[in-house]
Amino acid sequence: MSRARTAPPSRLRSPLGRARGLGSAKEGVEHWIAQRITAVALVPLALWFVAAMIGVVGADYDTMQDWVGRPLPAIVLVLLLIATFYHAALGLQVVIEDYVHGELARIGCVVVVRLVCVALAIAGIVAVLSLALGVAD
Amino acid sequence: MAEFTLPANSKPGVGKTVPAPPGAKRVRQFRIYRWSPDDGKNPVIDSFWLDLDQCGPMVLDALIKIKNEIDTTLTFRRSCREGICGSCAMNIDGVNTLACLKAIEDIRGPVRIYPLPHMPVVKDLVPDLSHVYAQYRSVRPWLQSESPPPPDREYPQSVEERDQLDGLWECILCFCCSTACPSYWWNGDRYLGPAILLQAYRWIADSRDEATGERLDALEDPFRLYRCHTIMNCTRTCPKGLNPAKAIAEIKKLLVLRR
Repeated sequence: MSRARTAPPSRLRSPLGRARGLGSAKEGVEHWIAQRITAVALVPLALWFVAAMIGVVGADYDTMQDWVGRPLPAIVLVLLLIATFYHAALGLQVVIEDYVHGELARIGCVVVVRLVCVALAIAGIVAVLSLALGVAD
Repeated sequence: MAEFTLPANSKPGVGKTVPAPPGAKRVRQFRIYRWSPDDGKNPVIDSFWLDLDQCGPMVLDALIKIKNEIDTTLTFRRSCREGICGSCAMNIDGVNTLACLKAIEDIRGPVRIYPLPHMPVVKDLVPDLSHVYAQYRSVRPWLQSESPPPPDREYPQSVEERDQLDGLWECILCFCCSTACPSYWWNGDRYLGPAILLQAYRWIADSRDEATGERLDALEDPFRLYRCHTIMNCTRTCPKGLNPAKAIAEIKKLLVLRR
């Protein structure tokens, strides 16, 4: 109800010109597919992670190191980290595009979110690997 | 950022109250959004009490009665009064619908009538639809075919192919769905919205159309198409019982299939 009354009064571009805008980006389907694939992948990964964590409640550091050092937990933990932060980056981008208007703010937020997600994923993977390979000692 | 409150000049105040005629037995209150571009004032909610025994059964009948007998300045669109033209789309009792198809008896308490949400208002219950009409034009809503038609008749189509258009051709472009969609509220400048996407799919689904690829190209865009997050307000509110969300899902499916 409000948008036109707060917009600048003289917008002389034709409605069709405004509706066509800059045209189609011819992009979006890959983002959409990746979001769904990571979502499906996260179901077993997250369930496995919760079950595994319940199994090691109260364990000491050496027990955890032994557990992470086994191939299967190490591999699945890395997969979980990749899927989580990939999915988070995709999802947060959608939220930003929905609610942050203004081109510069939107692009800036998306870039920051992507960098943070990559950094967190790498930090997590390095932590798992250093535990598994015994580098952390 | 998205706006979650109305700007100061759009906040509605209290308008006039018109009591029911003396001796009326079945009275109902109609609370109607009023705004005029001419006086520079904020919108107000006017209150009209009507005698339902002297009024037709539908909300549109009440609006016409008010305009004819109480306040001739009340402004709204209407034409066919039987749900086929889409002119009288408005927000009634919190739901976008057609005033001519909404029975007063189906509403409990005061009948609250507002224009379609989040559109610029021309006056009272009349929204400015020029942008959404332009978006409709931008999807080229006509048959695009290079093969010459048979000289003596229409392009042929089998019964099964024609069935693909059911649930699509019935759309009357009232825009109840688009104006019920939060994604369209926040990004309507670029997002096409459920009404236009259903119309776009109506031509994609048409076996006689030969521009499917170009149509999908034009739709594949983070804003034009992928602002749809399957909120389903469109399907819930459609006064014709159509399913725009399903049409959008079909477009997304085709975009995956053609990869």
